[in-house]
Amino acid sequence: MYPSNFDYQRAASVADAIQKGSSDGAKFLAGGHSLLPALKLRLNEPESLVDIARLDALKGISVTGSSVRIGALATHAQIAGSADVKKHAPALASACGQVGDPAVRNRGTLGGNLAHTDPASDPPTVVLALGGKLHLQGSGGNRVVAAEDFFLDLFTTDLHPGELITAVEIPSIGQAKSAYAKMAHPASRYAVVGVCVVLEVSGGKCSKARVAVGGATPKATLSAAAANALVGSSLDTAALDAAAQALSADLSDVMGDVYAPEDYRRAMAGVYLKRAVRAAMG
Amino acid sequence: MAAAEKIIGSRIKRREDPRLITGEAKYLEDIQLPGLLHAAILRSPHAHAKIKSIDTSKAAKHPGVIAVYTGKDFADVNPMPCAWQAGKVKNNVNTPRVLEIDRVTFTGAGVAVVVAEDRYMAQDALELIHVDYEVLPAVVDAEKATKAGAPQLHENAPNNIALEWTCGTQDTTDRALKEADVVVKQRMINQRLIPTPMETRGCIAQYQAATEEWTVWMTSQAPHVMRLLMTAFVFGVPETKMRVISPQIGGGFGAKIFLYPEYCLMAALSRKIGRPVKWMETRSENYIATTHGRDHITEIEVGAKRDGTITALKVNTYANLGGVLSTIAPGIPTTLYGRMLSGTYRIPNIFCHVYGVYTNTGMVDAYRGAGRPEATYVIERAVDLVAHELGLDPVAVRRKNFIPPEAFPYDPVILNGLKYDSGQYAKALDLALKMLGYENFRKEQAEARKQGRYLGVGFSSYVEICGVAPSAWIGLPGEGWGAGLWESANVRVHLTGKVVVTTGSQSHGQGHETSVAQVVAGELGISVDDVIVQHSDTLGTPFGYGTYGSRSTAVGTVAVYNSLQKIKEKAKLLGAHMLEAAPEDVVFEDGKVFVKGSPDQSKTIQEIAGAAALAYSLPPGMEPFLDNTSYYDPPNCTFPFGTHICVVEVDKETGEVKIKRYIAIDDVGKVINPMIVEGQVHGGIVQGVAQALWEGAVYDDNGQLLTGSLMDYAIPKADFFPTFETDRTETPTPVNPLGVKGAGETGTIASTPAVVNAIVDALAPFGVKHIDMPVTPPKVWRILQGNGG
Ligand SMILES: Cc1cc2nc3c(=O)[nH]c(=O)nc-3n(C[C@H](O)[C@H](O)[C@H](O)COP(=O)(O)OP(=O)(O)OC[C@H]3O[C@@H](n4cnc5c(N)ncnc54)[C@H](O)[C@@H]3O)c2cc1C
Repeated sequence: MYPSNFDYQRAASVADAIQKGSSDGAKFLAGGHSLLPALKLRLNEPESLVDIARLDALKGISVTGSSVRIGALATHAQIAGSADVKKHAPALASACGQVGDPAVRNRGTLGGNLAHTDPASDPPTVVLALGGKLHLQGSGGNRVVAAEDFFLDLFTTDLHPGELITAVEIPSIGQAKSAYAKMAHPASRYAVVGVCVVLEVSGGKCSKARVAVGGATPKATLSAAAANALVGSSLDTAALDAAAQALSADLSDVMGDVYAPEDYRRAMAGVYLKRAVRAAMG
Repeated sequence: MAAAEKIIGSRIKRREDPRLITGEAKYLEDIQLPGLLHAAILRSPHAHAKIKSIDTSKAAKHPGVIAVYTGKDFADVNPMPCAWQAGKVKNNVNTPRVLEIDRVTFTGAGVAVVVAEDRYMAQDALELIHVDYEVLPAVVDAEKATKAGAPQLHENAPNNIALEWTCGTQDTTDRALKEADVVVKQRMINQRLIPTPMETRGCIAQYQAATEEWTVWMTSQAPHVMRLLMTAFVFGVPETKMRVISPQIGGGFGAKIFLYPEYCLMAALSRKIGRPVKWMETRSENYIATTHGRDHITEIEVGAKRDGTITALKVNTYANLGGVLSTIAPGIPTTLYGRMLSGTYRIPNIFCHVYGVYTNTGMVDAYRGAGRPEATYVIERAVDLVAHELGLDPVAVRRKNFIPPEAFPYDPVILNGLKYDSGQYAKALDLALKMLGYENFRKEQAEARKQGRYLGVGFSSYVEICGVAPSAWIGLPGEGWGAGLWESANVRVHLTGKVVVTTGSQSHGQGHETSVAQVVAGELGISVDDVIVQHSDTLGTPFGYGTYGSRSTAVGTVAVYNSLQKIKEKAKLLGAHMLEAAPEDVVFEDGKVFVKGSPDQSKTIQEIAGAAALAYSLPPGMEPFLDNTSYYDPPNCTFPFGTHICVVEVDKETGEVKIKRYIAIDDVGKVINPMIVEGQVHGGIVQGVAQALWEGAVYDDNGQLLTGSLMDYAIPKADFFPTFETDRTETPTPVNPLGVKGAGETGTIASTPAVVNAIVDALAPFGVKHIDMPVTPPKVWRILQGNGG
């Protein structure tokens, strides 16, 4: 596994990273757990790597007002272990705790994961369900993009060339319930299907729901149909079955591969929706 | 001898572990040589193609590149030999060349090589080579490859048939099937596996022009055989012109037995260039260019009486051998498969027919178990199919057909003259059933079904063949093995009383340095710390055929044992001389020679070794030194056996199979180090269960490997398993004086049918009778949905 030649530069500051990252053929290097495998297989042959891993400005997890702000460089392990994330965005802590294996969780970052948007990743599904916002900075200035507008397609995001994710802001779920349920591929442990639900419940009835699916689809996808099937119900077995069916029917573009064919993934989306709801309701 | 028995049989810690755990062990990748060059190999992206032309001019100009070669540059180097020409393979042998010249028959075949100052430069230059291919249609399925109209891979192999082989008798078997009360037919797939050792393959070759001698370091389980094949068969030079060294090996599982083209290529390059050249396989290369295992398509017919007595078994197998033949490929689906189809049962009529078939896929050869897992899968599934058909308990059907203890040595006829050595099959089964709590389990299963939960139990009462093999048997014309299969050892007791053992066998995870030392320490009555075991270098070790087929203890260590007896005899003669006693009056016990009945007047083995080395006063005619070399050719193979039981639960919603319990009772004869045996058994079970549930190499119709990386090919993780419940029965073999059988492969051999039988049992309410491996969640889910059973 021998990558082709590239220059290596370490960014001194966010501004420096953006400046270096704007040259043709440059790529940011964070945890390297998606980029380096691609380099080694020569699927990706950038001219230069701009190492952002030591930029303190992109690290840290903090709570401001009613949301939790996670620096792009926060690792999966840090997020999974953070008391703030567990309190305000427990589904994200849970999802990050299910990423790969300990080595991957200790090196891989949330920013890198979202920028890469592997369809089998876990965090995009959860950030989408939780209504997260991505803080981006580039040579054209700063902008904030909602997760719904950020994930465009297979390995494709709204990031402009040379633009950096600096942080991810997630509104606290407050009194709502949430959970992420994942079927892991036995080889890679990536998601064959992953479902995140956020539910508001009052008087024994579900008053609001958000359902996001990943793994099965080219990009993390919200399902209004599944959410609607849950709202107004008491989340009983019949309601869950209906929501599962609604979700399976709602997914327009389900992927299949040697391990899990399309019809199986579609059905599992429904099964894991039920599992996520049950886990959320505890 | 009390002390001896204590050391032999004790769970002392492996002496090789400290260097492995601390990272000090030196693997091939760690070797540095002055002036070392690095090679990268261009591999065919097509499964079947003609090579029309190759343009290397741009690559040759790349910075750091020393040379670029294609197959034509090595037209004088012979193709790899095929050393096990079973059946009628002789006329159809097609083996790889160091680089292919005009045709490729699988994706991954080497077509050009770049040698450069470093591996990165070599890899860059590969991209600058242009090959003009004429792509031909491909076939990847062994059965389809034999049918009319299939693409033809080799002119000398019509219908892609490399070999046709049979054992048993067809007419009596057909008659018995006709007369049987019931006949069950089943088609079953034993899917292709990728061995996936932690360390990939590699080789460094250094040629010295002045002496015309090579030193070759390679990741090999059989360094002596590699030297023999490379010199005598590939390069046509005397064997003495090469030294082969296997450094620390990071797992082999069979895939590192064979002579691969890359090793010969490095030797050829070093000779051409005059500098040492290294190639280390990448994981991607490992998946396409190192041998795979299994890959059988099998149809069986099994006949039985209404009471469950099995009367006939007929097996027809298409064994996929890949695009070209690897070193011992033909022997795996023939001798090591067909001859073991009787399993632990008296089956009066067996007939097995095998086609070994060329397809546009990677080479297939021995992989842990090699033939015996495939045979065990067939017979252990067959027994369950009979039980299912007759509505009998699978345990009862096993018991009914077991070869009873008094029938040993037992001749299953299809073994071409060999006999099962010893066995107590029901005893192992009983112990396993007791650990399971069979009756309780059936109650629990019935309860669970009422609640809509699906539990299942599966049994596998296996026997395997190891300790291969008597040379005269394996050399019989029908078997086609091109050599002997004895092993050798030298034992030297140095002046200081410290012992050096050199063995022709090779250790790559089996713990020879510990278990052989235990035998030496036990026999000579010395400390294990006073014994060192050297192996893996053709310089300084006697010839040996290598480590595979669970033969190192049952064959290699017996050679050590035989040398120890001869050394003890000599020590007795010298000890008697030193004690001024008559040789017939002395005994050797606990490391001392003394006159029978007077142990306080004794000479220790250390004192005797010193006297033998100094040679100041030896009995007339005695040579100095305690030194002996033995060559041991076993009179029979050995036949470990046991019962494995697997308990599963099937997830009704997802089709996932969860292993709830795994019980393994193995009888490997006498045990030298129980901890090492347990380690082998655990690792073997993991690999076998992985075949049953997760692993499987998949090629598309064009011959592209779809499972070409660890992201797709599911080798198991520790958390996929419960804690294994293991125990042993101990039935020594009469074949060798140590009573040892072999323990390296029992786990992979026994486990696949235990798991599949359990799944079929769990799914019985859905009318399931058979399910092919790997039993992935989507397959089970489809059955649970009511479509496809
Ligand atoms: C064996 C293995 C198993 C895995 N299993 C899982 C799993 O189960 N679930 C899962 O979700 N993931 C899994 N991953 C992927 C893992 O989460 C990666 O760490 C992650 O996808 C990428 O994060 P990184 O920090 O390593 O990014 P890098 O690999 O450094 O970069 C990835 C891409 O993102 C870009 N990038 C990085 N940071 C930024 C930024 N701040 N702004 C803009 N662009 C940026 C890079 O330029 C690059 O294109 C696995 C990876 C491996 C190797």
